[in-house]
Parts: sequence; structure tokens; C-alpha cells
Amino acid sequence: MFVARSIAADHKDLIHDVSFDFHGRRMATCSSDQSVKVWDKSENGDWHCTASWKTHSGSVWRVTWAHPEFGQVLASCSFDRTAAVWEEIVGESNDKLRGQSHWVKRTTLVDSRTSVTDVKFAPKHMGLMLATCSADGIVRIYEAPDVMNLSQWSLQHEISCKLSCSCISWNPSSSRAHSPMIAVGSDDSSPNAMAKVQIFEYNENTRKYAKAETLMTVTDPVHDIAFAPNLGRSFHILAIATKDVRIFTLKPVRKELTSSGGPTKFEIHIVAQFDNHNSQVWRVSWNITGTVLASSGDDGCVRLWKGISFPLWIPHGLDRDGPVMPSSFLLLLLLW
Amino acid sequence: MEELDGEPTVTLIPGVNSKKKQMCFDWGPGEMLVCETSFNKKEKSETVPGCPFIYIIRKDIDVYSQILRKLFNESHGIFVGLQRIEEELTGKSRKAQLVRVSKNYRSVIRACMEEMHQAAIAAKDPASGRQFSSQVSILSAMELIWNLCEILFIEVAPAGPLLLHLLDWVRLHVCEVDSLLADVLGSENPSKHESFWNLVTILVLQGRLDEARQMLSKEADVSPTSAGMCRILGDLMRTMPVLSPGNTQTLTELELKWQHWHEECERHLQDGTFASSPHLESLCKIMLGDEAALLEQKELLNNWYHFLVTRLLYSHPTVKPIDLHFYAQSSLDLFLGGESSPEPLDNILMAAFEFDIHQVIKECSIALSNWWFVAHLTDLLDHCKLLQSHNLYFGSNMREFLLLEYASGLFAHHSLWQLGVDYFDYCPELGRVSLELHIERIPLSTEQKALKVLRICEQRQMTEQVRSICKILAMKAVRNNRLGSALSWSIRAKDAAFATLVSDRFLRDYCERGCFSDLDLIDNLGPAMMLSDRLTFLGKYREFHRFYGEKRFFDAASLLLSLMTSQIAPRCFWVTLLTDALPLLEQKQEDIENTKLEMLRLALARNLARAIIKEGSLEGS
Repeated sequence: MFVARSIAADHKDLIHDVSFDFHGRRMATCSSDQSVKVWDKSENGDWHCTASWKTHSGSVWRVTWAHPEFGQVLASCSFDRTAAVWEEIVGESNDKLRGQSHWVKRTTLVDSRTSVTDVKFAPKHMGLMLATCSADGIVRIYEAPDVMNLSQWSLQHEISCKLSCSCISWNPSSSRAHSPMIAVGSDDSSPNAMAKVQIFEYNENTRKYAKAETLMTVTDPVHDIAFAPNLGRSFHILAIATKDVRIFTLKPVRKELTSSGGPTKFEIHIVAQFDNHNSQVWRVSWNITGTVLASSGDDGCVRLWKGISFPLWIPHGLDRDGPVMPSSFLLLLLLW
Repeated sequence: MEELDGEPTVTLIPGVNSKKKQMCFDWGPGEMLVCETSFNKKEKSETVPGCPFIYIIRKDIDVYSQILRKLFNESHGIFVGLQRIEEELTGKSRKAQLVRVSKNYRSVIRACMEEMHQAAIAAKDPASGRQFSSQVSILSAMELIWNLCEILFIEVAPAGPLLLHLLDWVRLHVCEVDSLLADVLGSENPSKHESFWNLVTILVLQGRLDEARQMLSKEADVSPTSAGMCRILGDLMRTMPVLSPGNTQTLTELELKWQHWHEECERHLQDGTFASSPHLESLCKIMLGDEAALLEQKELLNNWYHFLVTRLLYSHPTVKPIDLHFYAQSSLDLFLGGESSPEPLDNILMAAFEFDIHQVIKECSIALSNWWFVAHLTDLLDHCKLLQSHNLYFGSNMREFLLLEYASGLFAHHSLWQLGVDYFDYCPELGRVSLELHIERIPLSTEQKALKVLRICEQRQMTEQVRSICKILAMKAVRNNRLGSALSWSIRAKDAAFATLVSDRFLRDYCERGCFSDLDLIDNLGPAMMLSDRLTFLGKYREFHRFYGEKRFFDAASLLLSLMTSQIAPRCFWVTLLTDALPLLEQKQEDIENTKLEMLRLALARNLARAIIKEGSLEGS
């Protein structure tokens, strides 16, 4: 059912993150050896390392690609308390012949006092924007107003989460009915069992992000979090990697019913909970249509979860805003 | 919350130590990246700083098989044809047309099987030979299932014809008979051939009584002692009442005749007519539908559904569709005899005999590794209006769900994705949005491919995707300093902001080098010029240069004047414009109207001062 190929990574230390670009023809890896490597796929399907450079003075935790509308741009974050933005420079023809390209640092984001644990670009309809989160419990949102000048980034928002943050996820929905939204997970293991997942929403009136929801039922450390791509649903789907895999739906309550001007209120339902990894779950990620969720845990397995209840995506009947069927079911496919 | 039964398949990745290793991964459009890592975020890793591998995982090698590609292409044609004639499918001919579509699909499967079989024979190494052979088995199973579904669900054969169809079905899937027949007939002494009696038996088991009779006559020729018995048995074979197509007799008439015939056979058995020939006696028992006699022929029957059909032929030839599953279940139980358990294929066929279409689809989805089969079959059954009466939860949504899965899989392939587009088109709920998400991700490795993708998007008014794709290409062009390309992509994207940016670059280039690049493009902008002010200025400024070059000083002057007064000229360009004006001022041609000149001088007087101050205060623009 699956075919695997391997590439010798050539990093001198542990790899912490791997990331495909938008089209799946380039990938980036980052490592405790403080470097990032970029790999390109050739026409015949082989992968070659086209760039390798030192990016930070500490372990690099995450690396991520911007949308290609902004060019060839990467962001990385590190134990060294910084995040950085990199741009590929079109090289000399000699370099191209040798199959090498150069990446230059456009900016360093130095506001964090502690290790920066995640960095994610915002959906492209929001412009060139990214968010970082740190062990100091603060989520920072930066914007580059001029996409042709990547050295100018300004800190637009600082969101205090009060708990050490481990992961963030932007809501990819570009629907006008949805305000920009970001989910933050915390792996804080201190005994005050505060809820470990918070959702912040941008308010057009105050021009600030305000807390919209806290998922009260998630009390164990959260390692990864991911909104699913939205295929025209009115509600949102969020996957969480914690001591198990959990999937929540967040259905916006109609605005007339809430106090106007405040953040949206949501009806929260848990639609799935899987403990098949029998261990901590470290990563969750959706495929591009949001029909399959992948998760990995301590057990050396990546599991693929497929939603096969059609009403999970569209409630029965033509009304897309109808109630979510709670008894949706998922098929488990085990991968190695 | 419900989980589907059955353990999913585990795929082992060679080289990965799956003993408690942690993995980081990322989805790509067609593949997944996986890498061993450690998630305990300590600064120093205690483990050996291994040099791990990155694994690229791809699902479904089917999409990449050369031979299967033909299957995908041809079935795509049938699929699209079926969607298009939907409106025309009315009345009596509807069923016939749908049956024809079903047969088309099956012939495509068979053609693919044949090619795969040839490839298996011609394979250079045993491993790939085995792979081809296993593919042949899978295709054969698919055709078997599809054929049965065609008989039961699409043809909806009633009692009588039902059995004839089932006989055809079984005969089609046991190919060895014909080669064995040729073997035996071709030998010197057919009735002495070691497989002679096996051949006669299997012909009887398959209801091919005419051919069986011919075989018996060969035996009669060489063996006078059994000639009499052969003749009698041969007569019984000849006189067995069968429903032939176009026969006007009713089912009741047939049943009556058959009953009489059955009793005659029984009488011969009781009288011991064939007692001295165990072979002939066994054949007679088979023709009486004797279960024990049939089960003795397990090896020749090969499977329980053959056993079922033979059993029906010789004991319940007028079986009704709704009664099928009783016989099917007991046939399966008797044949397996408690020694083995049903395989997935058996369960699928059983579900079909039970007319449980959803179960058939569900089991096929689990058993088969790609969505091709269930997607096309379900779509056809949906056209037969068979899915709507079922569980509302799925109903016609099941069709769409499966088509979406199949089409998504096609998008992983560098050229088959084009087939996927049509499948998405015929999914009314989520087809469009799924197509939007998938088509954005297609790598635009060549201009040709990009244009193909754009055409598809434009045909469907996917304006956001058009804009995005053009923007990506425009950005790539700008970064590679291909300004002409960047400009034309910006125009196609209708991206005014980016067009402005690129126009600025052009103008900057001009300031630095004194000439324009990509003159062809700028000269032929046409109405696209209106996209942005800066672009309009670029186009008009170039036009000014052309006029001047052609010595059309009047036109040049008018244009320059309008450029200066229209306020679309960027500030940094003012000095250039004024410098361009100077030679015009010295033109003493009569056709340059004095008034225009006056205005020019006026404009100069007003603006020259401003421009000089600006020049002085800034470091130069």
C-alpha cells in the first residue's frame, strides 16, 4: 500500500522538523546541529540537497515555508531564543549548474526571552505574517507590510498565554465569515491543571487578538495542534496531540446571541479520541483537503486517521450550518 | 463513536528502528516526509547523534503502473460518457444502456488483465513477474465481483434468466476448461486421455451439456460395452429443459418439464442403468443435483460459487433472486466444510447475493488498495438509482465520497491529475472546493503545464486560483529578473499592485540603462494597460518614445503633455519627463501648435522649480 524511499539526511545531530513546500517539490530540515538544509526534487524524482547553512546558535526546533506567492521564503525558530526569516537568492549561473542555491537571512526576531518553540506563517490571505510561540508563554505575531522587502517586519501583537507554549496553529479558513484565529497549545507540566489549549481571535473593532475559547477538557501537556483545512464548513476542526489524539469541532454561535463586539463564542464538541499510540502523541498534521489526519507517538508509528462519515464534513441535508453529527466514525490505518 | 472492525495493515519502513522511536513528519501533496527524531526538548541530546534518514512515503504504487494507466484513462472516458448521457437515459432503453456501460467497464478490466498477464510472462526477474501475476489476480477478482453486481443489480435478472447469467458468469471465470478441451480433443485417443473424465465432469458442472455429450460419444465409439450407457446419458443431457433466450414458455411450464426430466434421471439411477460405470453414475448424480456427488468434485469446482451455480442448475434452475442468499450461504458453508474461513472475496460475493449493496461497497473499500473499483462501480449503481433508497446517512453521498477519494489519488500523479479534474466536476457538493485545493498544489514546472492548469481554472471561473497561480509565477519571474514574464503574469492575475511593482522596475531599469527591455510586451499591452496607473504610464511613456523615434513630434508632444498633467507619472520620473521635453521645445515645426507649446512652457515653469528643489533636497530619486 505504501512505498518508502530514504535519503541520507547528513545532519550532524538530531533532526527536529521536516517540512514540504507548497508544491511538494522542495523540503527543508532543521536540526540540533543548528543548521537548516533545503532539498530539491529533480524531474526524475531524486532529491538533492541544494543548500545547507548555519541558522542559529542553538538547536533549531521548527522550519516552515511561506506560501510561494511571497517567493521562496523560510522561517526557523530555535532554542537560542530567536526566530529568523530566510529568502533564497537567485544565484550565479555557476551555482545553478552545480545545483546549489543561497539563502540569506532577512530578519531575526529577538523579542523572546526563552526558547522559541514554534513558528508558523499565517494563511496567505492575511498577507505576509507569521506567529511564534515561546517557552515564556507569549505568542508574537509579526507582519512584513512590503512583501518585496523582507527585512522589514514589525511586531503587531503580543499575546500572553500564561503557560509555556509548545505549538501554534493558524485557522486556514479564508471565509469572510471567519475572523483570523490562532490556536495555542501548552506543554506546561506544572500541577495547576489549567487548560492547555487556548484559541485567540482577531477583533476588527479593537484591532487586537482576544481569547475566544479555552478547551477545558484538555489538561495534559499538549505537544502539537492543527486546524484542518476548511472546505466550506461553517465550523472549525482542530486536532490536538497530547496524551492521545483528540479532534474537536468548534461551531461559531450566531453573533446575535452573544454580546456584540466580543470574541465569537463557540460550541465545542469532541468528535474523536484515540489512544492507539498508547503513549504521548507528539505530532498531528492534516492532509491538504483535511480528509486524513496523521499522528505520531512514542511507539514508532505514524497513524493515519480517515474521516469516513460524510456528515462530518457536511451535515446531512443541504444546510451547511446544520448540527454536527457526533457519531461520526474514523477508520484507522496503521503505518509502520 | 464507532471504529471499523478489522486491524489495519501495518507497513514497515525498512531501516526504521520501530522500537520506541519518535517521528516527525509532514504531508505533501502526494507524499509524506518522515524522520526519526526525539521530542524531549533538551539542548543537548543524550542519544548518539545519529545521521538519520529522511523517508519519503508514497501511497499506492497503482497510480504509477504503466499498464494500469490505460485502465485509468479508458475508464475515465466511460465515466464521463455516463455522466453526460444521464439526462438521455429514459424508459426501457435505460437499463440496456446501463448494462452496456457496465460491460464496457468490464472489458476495460479484462483488457488490462490480459496485458498484465503478458507482462507477467515476459518479466525479466521473478519478483516483478510475481508482482504482475498478483495484479492479474486482483483484476480478475474485481471483474468477477463487477460481473456479479451487473447480473444482480443492473441487469436485475429475474428467475429463469438469472441462472443463465450466473452460468455465463462462472464459465467466464474458469478458463482452464477450454484449454483442457483443446488438449483432449487434439490428442490421438481423446477418451483415453488421462484428463478425459475430468473434462467431461467439468463440462457437466458448467452446464455445457452439448459438449459433454460429444465427449461421451467419443467414449462410446471406442468402448462398445459402455456405448449403450453413454447414449442414454447423452440423451438425458440433450433433453434437459433449459430456458433459452426468446423462449416463450413460462417459468411454470419450464418447472413442470424440468420436474419430469429430473424424475427420469432419478429412475435411471434407481434402476442402476449406469451401475457398471462409476464415472457415468457420478455424472448422473451430479445432474440430479446430489450434494455429496457435487462435493466430491471440489477440486474441479475450485470455489464455492461455482458449487452454488452448479447446485442451482441441477436442483433449483428457476431460483428467484431473493432466495439466492439462502443457497449461497449454505453453499459456502458446505464447500468450506469448516476447514477454512471465508476470505474477503467470499464475503464480498456473499454480500452481493444478499443484495446488500452497501456491504459490497464497504468490503471492497477495505479489501482493495485503491479507490478505482469502488468509485466507478458505486457511481454506476447510483445511476441505476440503487443507492438512494438505502440508509440516508450515505445515499448518494457515498458516491461522491468515493469519487473524491479516487480523484484525490490521481492528483498525486504528474499527468493523471488531468483525469481527476473531470471526476471532481461531477461531484456537486465538494468537487469544486476539492479541485481548488488540489489544483493549486500542482507544481508548475513548465510554462506549458502552468497554462494548462490556468485554462482549467479559467474554464471553471476559479478566479482566486488563477490569481494565486499567476502571482506565484510573477513572483518567481521577478526574483529571476525576468521582468517581461513577470509583467504578463501580473496582468493575467489582474494584480494591479504587482503590475505597479513590475512597471516600477521597468522604469527603474530604463533610468539606469537608458532603454527598455521586453519592448514587444510593452508595445502590445492593449487594454491591459489600464490595470494600474503605473502600468498605464509605462505603456504611454514607451508610446511617447515611439512617436519621437518616428519623428511624429506633434503626437509626442501631446502625449508628453498629457503624461505630465495626468498625475500618473511617478515623482521620481518627473525630471526624466522634463528632460525629454527639452528637445521638443526646440522643435520649430509648424504643426506643433503654439498653444500646446505654451502650455508646455507653463508646465515647465511651474514644475521645474519644484523639481529642482526636490532634486536638491533628496539624494536623487
